Amino acid sequence: MFVIKCPNCGERDLSEFSYGGEAHISRPEWRDEMSDTEWAEFVFMRTNPKGVFAERWNHAAGCRRWFNMLRNTATDDILAVYGMGEEPPEVTANLPATPSGEAAIGSGNDEAKVIDAGDAADGGGGA
Amino acid sequence: MNRYNAFRLIREGLTGQKGWEPAWRSPAEPRPSYDAVVIGGGGHGLATAYYLAKEHGMTNIAVIEKGWIGSGNAGRNTTIIRSNYLYDESAAIYNHALDLWKGLGRELNFNIMMSHRGVLNLAHDEGEARQLKRRVEANRLNGVDAEWLEPDEVKKFCPPINMAPSIRYPVIGATLQRSGGTNRHDAVVWGYARAASGLGVDIIEQCEVTEILTEKGTVTGVQTTRGAINTPKVACVTAAHTSVMANMVGLRLPVESHPLQALVSEPVKPVMPCVCMSNAVHVYMSQSDKGELVIGAGIDPYLSYTQRGSMDIIEHQMASLKELFPFVSRLRLMRQWGGTVDVCPDASPIISKTPVDGFYVNGGWGTGGWKATPGSGHVFADLVARDEPNAIAAPFTIDRFVSGALVAEHGAAAVAH
Repeated sequence: MFVIKCPNCGERDLSEFSYGGEAHISRPEWRDEMSDTEWAEFVFMRTNPKGVFAERWNHAAGCRRWFNMLRNTATDDILAVYGMGEEPPEVTANLPATPSGEAAIGSGNDEAKVIDAGDAADGGGGA
Repeated sequence: MNRYNAFRLIREGLTGQKGWEPAWRSPAEPRPSYDAVVIGGGGHGLATAYYLAKEHGMTNIAVIEKGWIGSGNAGRNTTIIRSNYLYDESAAIYNHALDLWKGLGRELNFNIMMSHRGVLNLAHDEGEARQLKRRVEANRLNGVDAEWLEPDEVKKFCPPINMAPSIRYPVIGATLQRSGGTNRHDAVVWGYARAASGLGVDIIEQCEVTEILTEKGTVTGVQTTRGAINTPKVACVTAAHTSVMANMVGLRLPVESHPLQALVSEPVKPVMPCVCMSNAVHVYMSQSDKGELVIGAGIDPYLSYTQRGSMDIIEHQMASLKELFPFVSRLRLMRQWGGTVDVCPDASPIISKTPVDGFYVNGGWGTGGWKATPGSGHVFADLVARDEPNAIAAPFTIDRFVSGALVAEHGAAAVAH
């Protein structure tokens, strides 16, 4: 669970918000000429990153307004909240050292911590 | 591989238990090259490796696992087995899996504690009852065992359920798949690992794939935290990290990774004779052989790789559960955990070749992957070995998101994904 700082109402529990998925996907304007592949890209394909992710939220049980948020999907750290139509701000995040590794703290996945090649001799991480 | 049997148990008991060997070999380092590399040592990955070795003679292969085998979703699911899906494509693959489950313990020479105790899917209103009856008929046409139970039959089959007409969403009937049930997830993982290892498959734990090497659109190997491995075929079975792995070869997928939570109560004497699921109030429960009530429901709505979810999701499912099974209100919960599931927009999996030659994807199983484990591994091994999908795997290509031939099990499956 996390607490989200709504730009209009302040800090509220996650359960007050509804999720709008990946941000900054706009419907293509030239839709008549689009191929099926381009449609599939717009409708279905998603970035789904392990790391910094721009997403939309709606404060459904509050001001009922939409806003954007940057969150680290590897740790659930909320990095920035910004308005609809705005560009995501620059942020720093506690990212995994390897593509599918775990962040230093906060991932909750203690069975599969990052293994550096140099650490492999002592058995790597893990509980 | 030493076989497990009663004679051996007695012999070891009389000779100080000194003759046992590890269930699977753990090579210190991967070999420099393999005929195929399976990324992901969960149930589906190990099953894929096992069937590659057993049915396709590909024994020079490796399973690469970044943690311990079975430490991801294979160790976090609620082990429910059923195949009562609405559409022909889904019925084919899940029933294929169910057929394999039936003989798997014997085949692997490992007790997977398979229990065909029956799966109930409850109906709470007329509309849902009609939809579930339609699914029963569709199941029967596909050779999936299914039947409709009237309220008195539901109560007889599952005595602890609250059938009072006064509850907020009264139970007005249910579908039953008698061949459905539960098994033991760790045993399945260990059984597959042991059998695959016995056929020559290398199982490399604590080794993370950091890069997939390609040349002119063809896979040439993988880079890992324990060095590079040359291989012409990479089979990606990484569930939560499917998008992350696909990204290594520049491929975008329609999957999103969500937390999915489950919880267990303190152990009690046998009270729950079957698996009972409700789509409308959205909760399900069974009882493990240890006596714990195993409880689950749906995903958290947001994307996350953290393997933990939110309390409001649990609160919602416990409220539903308490109304359906009032006796649970005085039980304490022992453990609660999350896994990360990769969900496809149509709630059906991806078992597919990709535009990168030699890179195969098996993922997008969402919340319902466990029940498919043997079937998934079986048809995926076939795809990896022959480079062509068989009739069961064919509908689950990535291309369906371009062609529009979705297998839209969202809502059509017995429990909402």
